[in-house]
Amino acid sequence: MSFNSFSEFLSMGGHGLYVWLSYALGLSVILLNLAAPLMERSRLIAQLKRRLQRENQSP
Amino acid sequence: MVEKKKWLPRWFYQLASPRWCFQICGKLLPGFSVAALVLLLGGMVWALLFAPADYQQGNSFRIIYLHVPSAILAQSCYMLMAVAGAIGLIWKMKVADMVAKSCAPIGATMAVLALLTGAIWGKPTWGSWWVWDARLTSMLILLFLYLGVMALNSAIESESTAAQASAVLSLVGLVNIPIIKYSVEWWNTLHQPATFKLTERPAMPADMWVPLLVMVVGFYCFFAVTLMLRLRNEILRRERRSGWVRDLLLSK
Repeated sequence: MSFNSFSEFLSMGGHGLYVWLSYALGLSVILLNLAAPLMERSRLIAQLKRRLQRENQSP
Repeated sequence: MVEKKKWLPRWFYQLASPRWCFQICGKLLPGFSVAALVLLLGGMVWALLFAPADYQQGNSFRIIYLHVPSAILAQSCYMLMAVAGAIGLIWKMKVADMVAKSCAPIGATMAVLALLTGAIWGKPTWGSWWVWDARLTSMLILLFLYLGVMALNSAIESESTAAQASAVLSLVGLVNIPIIKYSVEWWNTLHQPATFKLTERPAMPADMWVPLLVMVVGFYCFFAVTLMLRLRNEILRRERRSGWVRDLLLSK
C-alpha cells in the first residue's frame, strides 16, 4: 500500500484532480463501450421482431 | 483426382459464415467478460493503491495505467480494422467487413481516451495540456482516421460499397501506425519513449510495469468483449432476412 490514509489517497500528493479525472474518463469510456452495443442489441431485436410479425400477419 | 490442397485452415473458412461467427462469439463472450472484469478491476486497484509513486512525477504517474493500454489498443484496433478490411476486399468476406465496421467506433473511443488522459497527464508533467508534438499529432490523426471510416460507413448507403471505401481508407491510413510508433525516436519530442519493447526489459521496476501489463491484457479482453457485442449486432442486422435469424427471433 503506498498511502497511509484515505485523505492522502484522495489527494494523490496534490495530483488528485488529474488522477481522478483520468480514471473517471477511463471508466466512462469502458462503460459507454459496453452500454452502447447492449442497448443497440435490444433495440435491434425489438425492431426485427416487429418487422417479422408484420410480415407474418400480411402475407 | 488430386484433391486441391487448402492453404488456409478450416476455421478461416468457417469464420466466413455469419451464423457460425455469431455462435462462436456468443460462446466466447462470458469467458472474456469475466477475464476483462477481473483484470481491469484488479489492475485498477493495483495501479491506484499498491503501485509505487514515481520519484519525479509523483502520483500523476498513475495515469499511465489508463494512458498506455488505451493507446496500445487504439493502434491494435486500427491494425485489426485495416487487416479485416483487406480480407473483405480480397475474399469478399462479409464477416470481415462487419469486423472492420465494428472496430471503428471502439478504436475512436480508445484514441479519445489516450489523447485525453495524455492531456490530463501532460498538464502537471509538462505544464501544458497539449503540444504539437509528433507523437500527439500522429495520435490525433489516428482519431481522425477512425472518424473518417465511421463517416464513410454511415454516409454510403450500399453496405458493400461502404465496406470497400472504408477498407481503402483504413489501408491508406495504415502508414500512420509506424509513424506513431517511431515518432518518439525520429523527432525530438516531449513524449517519453515506449514503456514496453519486445526486445528489452522495461526501464521501470517490476512493481510498476506488472500492473501495467495486467491493465494492457485487461484492455485487450475488454476490447474482445465489446467487439464481439458489436459484431453480433451487425451480423443480426445484415442477416435479418436469413432463416436462422428469423428462427432466433421467434425463439426469443
